[in-house]
Amino acid sequence: MNPNVVIIHEKDNVAIALEDIASGGSASLPGGGTLTAKGDIPYSHKIAIADLKAGDEIVKYGEIIGTAKEPIRRGEWVHTHNLEIRD
Amino acid sequence: MKTFKGYERADGSVGIRNYVAVLPSVACANGVVAAIARAVPEAVPMYHGHGCGRGGADLEIHQRTLVNLAKNPNVAAVLVVGLGCEVLRAEGLALGISLSKKPVEYFYIQNEGGSRKAAAKGIEIARRMLADAAKQERVEFPISEIRLGLECGGSDAFSGVTANPAVGLAADWLVSEGGTVILTETTEMIGTSHILERRAKDAAIARSINERITAQEKRTHEILGPLASYVIAPGNMDGGMSSIREKSLGCIIKAGNTTINQVLNYAEVPSEKGLVVMDGPGYDTESMTGVAAAGCQAMIFTTGRGNPIGYPMVPVIKVASTSQLYEKMEDDMDVNAGRVLEGRLLREVGDEVKDLLVRVLNGEKTKAEVNQQDGILCIYTTNPAF
Repeated sequence: MNPNVVIIHEKDNVAIALEDIASGGSASLPGGGTLTAKGDIPYSHKIAIADLKAGDEIVKYGEIIGTAKEPIRRGEWVHTHNLEIRD
Repeated sequence: MKTFKGYERADGSVGIRNYVAVLPSVACANGVVAAIARAVPEAVPMYHGHGCGRGGADLEIHQRTLVNLAKNPNVAAVLVVGLGCEVLRAEGLALGISLSKKPVEYFYIQNEGGSRKAAAKGIEIARRMLADAAKQERVEFPISEIRLGLECGGSDAFSGVTANPAVGLAADWLVSEGGTVILTETTEMIGTSHILERRAKDAAIARSINERITAQEKRTHEILGPLASYVIAPGNMDGGMSSIREKSLGCIIKAGNTTINQVLNYAEVPSEKGLVVMDGPGYDTESMTGVAAAGCQAMIFTTGRGNPIGYPMVPVIKVASTSQLYEKMEDDMDVNAGRVLEGRLLREVGDEVKDLLVRVLNGEKTKAEVNQQDGILCIYTTNPAF
């Protein structure tokens, strides 16, 4: 199966969905491995590829794009509801 | 150590093309420059709309821009065509250009007895300059001699997922080889000041980055008023962007993740290597002039909607963000980064960009060069003409 998410930088803890992934559906990672979507991930949105604690940095493009407002599990949708800007 | 074959210039820089440029000092000289270019099609006309009717900061910007464009290493020799009564005198431009020790000549249309006689004189000079330039051969140089300018234009939702990150990998590679990469378009850095400051080599550079981005944000609000929010606010949250910062990161990722070693004014030549930031507008064509004047021998331009524009004297590599665009405008697109959406790894597309860049440095023509997408020089201004 072709990857249906993109990981932009090796430090990233989120990937970008290349199609709508329904809750319980499979996200196939580039370079191998899969994870299960915990909730619907809309096309071009972010999916966590690591478990994050509240206060952990959210990294995309190898840079900090925000902080986890609450614990985020691997496979969850990451957006404004659970990401905040602190600095 | 990676090398390429280029043309050595008297000031120690290295060109990847060997052009003779014909530069009007003022817009009123464009007609004579066009007559010269018709008779000598190998010469590159540098048409622009400036040279008079402005003062202060703009005069300084335009003088610097025209001189530095002519000093670009891809230019072997320059003929400056003046009118005679303009503010930006041909003589002054020629003097500035001569500091690079490359052959430069100038004359004034009013002193030559009008446009026909001036064109005849220009044709003779351009032919002679071309004959001299043709004697020069490519020799081997380290890739650290290369300055690469980056652009994105007509972006789409995938530019920040496919094309820009792939170009970022090529930019990191060039920096690791000792070369120079110029990131500009300050408008597209809005929201990323903290991140870029952290990547600055020292505190002074970090401060300068902050000042430039803050000023550009203010200027954008002044110019556009309430419309500024469409440019700089997260208008695309539905597309998955959680903040303006994330959106801007999708633009600046094309410059990779290395340390920022210098901050430049528009059209200024860097003294440092590695990654350098140039303050400048987000408008593609003016921004391209800024990086060409900084001495970039090549540019990489990512596009989502499909912009075909090239640049006089400087090869422009087009990287398409989707296969849909690549297939629709294949005559204009050099690399299809859209393959990332079909399972190709970013690293593989990054390598494709890098390999094409090296071939272009060695003389392979980009699609924009083949299509002669040269256009005119669009130059940044801060005020209207008087």
